[in-house]
Amino acid sequence: MKKTTLGITVVVVSFIILVFYYGLNTEKIYDTEDLVGKPIPKIDLKLLNESKNFNTEELSKNNFTLINFFASWCGPCRKEHKHLINLSKNKNIKIFGINLKDEKSQANKFLNKLGNPYYLIASDHDGKKAVHFGVFGIPETILIDNDLNIIKKYIGPIDDLDVKKILKLVGK
Amino acid sequence: MLSEIGTLFVLISTLLSFFLIFFSTKEIREKSVYPSKKIRNFSLLQFIFTNLSFIVLLVGYIASDFSLVNVYENSHTTKPLFYKISGVWGNHEGSLLLWINILVLFSFLFLIKNHTIDKKFQLLTLIFQNMLIIGFFIFLITISNPFSKIFPVPQEGLGLNPILQDPALAIHPPLLYLGFVGSSIYFSLALASLICKFDGKNFANVTKPWILFSWFFQTLGILVGSIWAYYELGWGGYWFWDPVENSSLIPWFLMTALLHSILVLEKRGSLYLWVITLSILTFTMSVTGTFLVRSGILNSVHTFANDPSRGLYLLIFLSIMIFSSLYVFYKFAPKEKVEFKPFSKEFFILINNWFMIFFLITVLIGTIYPIFLEIIANEKISVGPPYYNTILAPFVIPLLFLMSYGPQANWLVSKPAEIKKLVTVLFLSVCLIIIFIYFTNQKNILINLILISSIYLIFQTFLDLLKNLGKKNFSFYSSIFSHLGFGLLIFFISLNSIFSIEHDFNIKIGEKRKLGNLEITLQDLKIYPEKNYKKFVGNLMVFYNKNNSIEFLNPEIRIYNQPKTITYEASIKSNVLSDTYVTMSNISKSDFYNIKFQKKPFMNLIWFSTILIAFGGFIRILERRTK
Repeated sequence: MKKTTLGITVVVVSFIILVFYYGLNTEKIYDTEDLVGKPIPKIDLKLLNESKNFNTEELSKNNFTLINFFASWCGPCRKEHKHLINLSKNKNIKIFGINLKDEKSQANKFLNKLGNPYYLIASDHDGKKAVHFGVFGIPETILIDNDLNIIKKYIGPIDDLDVKKILKLVGK
Repeated sequence: MLSEIGTLFVLISTLLSFFLIFFSTKEIREKSVYPSKKIRNFSLLQFIFTNLSFIVLLVGYIASDFSLVNVYENSHTTKPLFYKISGVWGNHEGSLLLWINILVLFSFLFLIKNHTIDKKFQLLTLIFQNMLIIGFFIFLITISNPFSKIFPVPQEGLGLNPILQDPALAIHPPLLYLGFVGSSIYFSLALASLICKFDGKNFANVTKPWILFSWFFQTLGILVGSIWAYYELGWGGYWFWDPVENSSLIPWFLMTALLHSILVLEKRGSLYLWVITLSILTFTMSVTGTFLVRSGILNSVHTFANDPSRGLYLLIFLSIMIFSSLYVFYKFAPKEKVEFKPFSKEFFILINNWFMIFFLITVLIGTIYPIFLEIIANEKISVGPPYYNTILAPFVIPLLFLMSYGPQANWLVSKPAEIKKLVTVLFLSVCLIIIFIYFTNQKNILINLILISSIYLIFQTFLDLLKNLGKKNFSFYSSIFSHLGFGLLIFFISLNSIFSIEHDFNIKIGEKRKLGNLEITLQDLKIYPEKNYKKFVGNLMVFYNKNNSIEFLNPEIRIYNQPKTITYEASIKSNVLSDTYVTMSNISKSDFYNIKFQKKPFMNLIWFSTILIAFGGFIRILERRTK
């Protein structure tokens, strides 16, 4: 083996090992429960029906925001939709929808049929941003306050009982 | 009590490894022709004690001795005996003990099988193998001890993850470990061969059975893993390009490359350094895979518990392995000249190797790229099937064509292709696909090309088989079966991807749904209490309008007691040509059930093709035995 080949191999292998080493020490968001109490990450997404980008700071204008991950192809999302519509009637809380891995036309069809509880909808077309919220399956819903801290997370469709609890938390 | 006995056995085995290294080093300098009996006896003792330590853990599981943390965390008294046993390797610590058992088994078998070969080569291999064994023993004792005690002793265990309670998964790890760990022996052989300047052809002779053996089990291990994913994960898929699956595929590519290039070394004495490199790389990649899976650095469906200290240990171990191999290679590798004639057998084998390396690099990059991106750009992504399909699929086409020609080529001489036969078979394949397109309106060019090339390979291989029936030896049939299996595998995977149907809908008990040509009714739902879980069994009637036939399926929702988990058991009606696959899940606090109904054609033939690939390897193992 030539010295240069050896040199290059050593450098490349060392680099890979170094990255692995740092990889070991990075914190991973696996358990979504751990996110409660922490601020939400920056949401860098386009709005579903406008060409504008969404600004995370906007959420601090609301007393409370419910971030709801949904998609037209998701059966359980349909199930929880009526509860979101109910919640949207409360003035203390705004519902921000993140449409996950979905087509725009399908999402709009879904909302036209079942009603639109969201005051804003962003699109996470390839599902990359949802990972930051520890979202692996939908529906998932995150309640945040005006400091953008996560108060509670709901995995799976929300129901009557959850609605009551949310209303209690936001101090109806 | 079991804790002390188990730890004692592990310590004795570790000590025996040190003895083996010490006495082997001593004997290398002595004048004797063969290693002394002492070495073999130490190796036998080590084999016995490592086995005993495994048996102790097994007894812990069978007797539900919860004084062992490992048993407490992964077992439960109500678990069926079969799963108590498979629970031994259904967790990190236990599976590591199994891994070490296989390492020791290979070390022992190597000594028994090869006691007449060059002494220095034999002893050096043994030294390297025992260094690996010590490395893994230290890992086991310090941070992965399956014999750790818990006090006060709990009355009941936490139970085995229900998705691991499956017959396929009970045999999946042992099969895969025979493959993974089997590669350790040719890692040691390669380093030993470099140091003592062992003859290439002899090296090929000694190494080939181990490559065959590990390749055979690796293939079966991957197959059983896929079958498990298909039956148990409930998504209807059988390959997800999940990082853990990839870590088993990466060494498989290398083993396949080795399996071919070792023939060149055996017959022509050429490609020695390349074979050595592949031998070292295979086990290195197996350990890298183990690191990726067990450190929690990657996010995957079957990642073991996340523990950075384990990751750190494995990373250090891996680094030592890589850098010492590099050093040995740099210091001892001889100069080599490689000359091949085009269209000779060795030419095709080299092309095969390049394809394997290309596949390997693609899968490796897809697997570790997310780690790099997260560290360097702080961005989280996961690499999914589109990446693999886009990059790998086009290259499968030339590979299939070349695979049809490789076995016919001769050593040394450049034999031009039989153009007439080639064109006829190609013409036939294209005709078949045109008829296929006419009836199915399948317009995806890439899939059609893959279909043409796989049919071409199947035809050519059949013709080859007919032409040489009874004439040739085992190795001919071996490559024919494996290549035919591969052609069929790609053919059926392509058809499966074209004709799979999926319907996802919500339904109440007693309701009927019309979906195209079929009607699905959820007739009722029954609850059955089982030993360690409660199951809700749906009774689903599927009516096919086309031929007025009815099929009943019973998907289950299982609620396990220990640990409290819900799993969804698919109901699968399997025929030779097509599977009906249904999963049912409950939508909490509602009367609706979510049904995922799928038609998956040719699943059994996909499994069969893979068995055929493995069977090819098996024939070659038999050949060596009969010799």
